Amino acid sequence: MTIQVSPGQLAKSKATTQREVYLAALLNQRSEFDRQNLSADLGDWLQDLRDRASVRLQDLAIPSPKDEEWRFTDLSSLLQVSFQAATAALSAEALAGFNAVLPETAESCLVFVNGRYMPSLSSTAGLPQSVTVGNVGQLEEPYAARLRHYLAQQPGSEEVFTTLNTASMTDAAVIWVPKNQVVETPIQLLFISAGETATLSHPRCLVVAEPNSQVTFIEDYVTGDRGYFTNAVTEIWIEENAQVNHTRVQRDRSNAFHIGKTAVSQARHARYIGTTISMGGKVSRHNLEIFQLGEQTETTLNSLTMIAGEQLSDTHSTIAYSSPYGTSRQLHKCIVDDQAHAVFNGKVVVPQAAQLTDAGQLNRNLLISPKARVDAKPQLEIVADNVKCTHGATVGQLDADEVFYLQSRGIDADSARKLLIYAFAFEIIEQVPIASLQQALSQSISPPTS
Amino acid sequence: MIVENSEVILSVKDLTASVEGTPILKGVSLDVKAGEIHAIMGPNGSGKSTFSKVLAGHPSYEVTGGEIRFKGENLLELEPEERARTGVFLAFQYPLEIPGVSNLDFLRVAYNSRQKHKGLEELDAFDFDELVQEKLDIVKMNASFLNRSVNEGFSGGEKKRNEILQMALLEPTLAILDETDSGLDIDALKIVANGVTQLTTPENAVILITHYQRLLNYIQPDYVHVMEGGRIVTTGGKELALELEERGYEWVTEPEATEARV
Ligand SMILES: Nc1ncnc2c1ncn2[C@@H]1O[C@H](COP(=O)(O)OP(=O)(O)OP(=O)(O)O)[C@@H](O)[C@H]1O
Ligand SMILES: [Mg+2]
Repeated sequence: MTIQVSPGQLAKSKATTQREVYLAALLNQRSEFDRQNLSADLGDWLQDLRDRASVRLQDLAIPSPKDEEWRFTDLSSLLQVSFQAATAALSAEALAGFNAVLPETAESCLVFVNGRYMPSLSSTAGLPQSVTVGNVGQLEEPYAARLRHYLAQQPGSEEVFTTLNTASMTDAAVIWVPKNQVVETPIQLLFISAGETATLSHPRCLVVAEPNSQVTFIEDYVTGDRGYFTNAVTEIWIEENAQVNHTRVQRDRSNAFHIGKTAVSQARHARYIGTTISMGGKVSRHNLEIFQLGEQTETTLNSLTMIAGEQLSDTHSTIAYSSPYGTSRQLHKCIVDDQAHAVFNGKVVVPQAAQLTDAGQLNRNLLISPKARVDAKPQLEIVADNVKCTHGATVGQLDADEVFYLQSRGIDADSARKLLIYAFAFEIIEQVPIASLQQALSQSISPPTS
Repeated sequence: MIVENSEVILSVKDLTASVEGTPILKGVSLDVKAGEIHAIMGPNGSGKSTFSKVLAGHPSYEVTGGEIRFKGENLLELEPEERARTGVFLAFQYPLEIPGVSNLDFLRVAYNSRQKHKGLEELDAFDFDELVQEKLDIVKMNASFLNRSVNEGFSGGEKKRNEILQMALLEPTLAILDETDSGLDIDALKIVANGVTQLTTPENAVILITHYQRLLNYIQPDYVHVMEGGRIVTTGGKELALELEERGYEWVTEPEATEARV
């Protein structure tokens, strides 16, 4: 069953409030899944997946600040914009400005423009044959058949934007690392929103690291100068004793809307190292959900939100333990300038079964201007009794004595402040496993060059 | 050394300053000429560090009166970084730790700001590295300190040596050393004293703030001043330091004693 919503029908559909109508209109912008290279079987399954999600959306609405999970993140400004579905492919010239493929991943990158896979801009020549990196149409057996066990199958409650993505996705970037394979070359998944109109896109990534495998990938979002809306979902499956090193960089222009979900399931002994840099977007939200599904899993999360002007950036993370001996180390830092507003909600759930959990969370916030604001909340839900769970949060300004110390050595006040901001950010940036990306990110905070 | 007719580098007249409305400096006057070494001594809380920070332009201290001229220029009109670039250097009593800022980057940025100010060539990382290696010898510091964050986890003595390293790189006209000798063992003290001596020339001047005669055995001051209650109450030659060490401060700072000497 396909739900086709046209404006004429809206009055008759269940959508009545502005937030319901708007959501229905967003769904209405979706295009068909590209079935060209898919088996009939897989095509039908994907169609059905989308349709079921569309039905669920009928009962949902764009969240409002009355929803506890969206208390500080007001999406009213989103409702003001009517987005267009991305249509025509962009010319090579139009894309030349986005020179965002990293030198280290020139032969290991997938590029998507407005949600469409661009084979001409992508290359996997530098990767081992046995690793599958491509879009859904490129999936070979047995992976095509196994897709349905992974895509849109993450545990946890599904929230509205993830459902919207599932209902609207037209393709997906897939990384599938077979058993025992260690992929040395980092992989970049680059998502570009570009073009003359404010478009809406629903990027989707699926990463499966089979037992004992290892992979490093960068998920990278950039936009052109219209106020695009990116609604991304990334699902990562780390099977027994496998390791995934994931860097997510959201560097949209500051007029864009960006909502992203990262869901990670970790089996026994699996290791996840996640580094997130969120610096773009007028309004952005990152929902990060970690499911530790087996014993002795390790999760390392380092994230940096760096915003200015009128930007609002919200990170909601959940680490859900289920088994003994799990560990997590989470460091979330925010640098907030001008009137910008950062939100952090860090949930850690430790049920009775998760004895001997060792969970540490640290949230450090640097407010550069008097009007900058941060709302941070740790949320520890701990039932197990034999665990070590710590959390800490600090909010501070640049230290006047530190600025003076640097000035007293001849460094002007502005450079001194930048040097200190850079130092604060670098603790996270240095976790990015690719030198050129580290450098690009460092330069965006403009450390002193002389 | 006292040189006849040498240029007055620093001239402080009736300087008063307060912090959060509380007066701390209550009329300090001091002239320092090229080539001279001045020691300032005095009990805890008498205003020595305040004086040094006012000279360097710390924003917490409000200058409420008097004047400071440095090489003829009104120092009070300059920002802290401008003061540093024209040649004022303060080695802090408590050097700050700045996590995340590499010591090497910090030194290079500082050095290059001064080069730029002087219209001289800025050094790239490679050339600067060569220069800094030379200067490390002066303070007998291991190059590994360069790769650490500024002062982070440095021992007290290492921090003080790092201050002298900065001084060696910046080659100030006026160096103010605020208790750079405190907390140093005798070897570190010799290294610091030797560093200062090497950097002292007839063109520049040094103000040493200290509690101990010990340092003055290695660096001979031309003048010794005693600060008390935000004023310089007594000035003498190097023998004054010895006398202070023996007799304490009371005889110079007691009101009647001060009266008696006037
Ligand atoms: N930022 C400040 N806020 C409040 N009081 C201050 C501040 N700085 C200095 N003071 C006060 O000013 C007085 C002089 O302090 P200062 O540090 O200049 O003394 P000092 O002579 O250097 O002493 P010491 O020998 O102990 O280093 C002290 O009473 C001190 O408490
Ligand atoms: Mg002092």
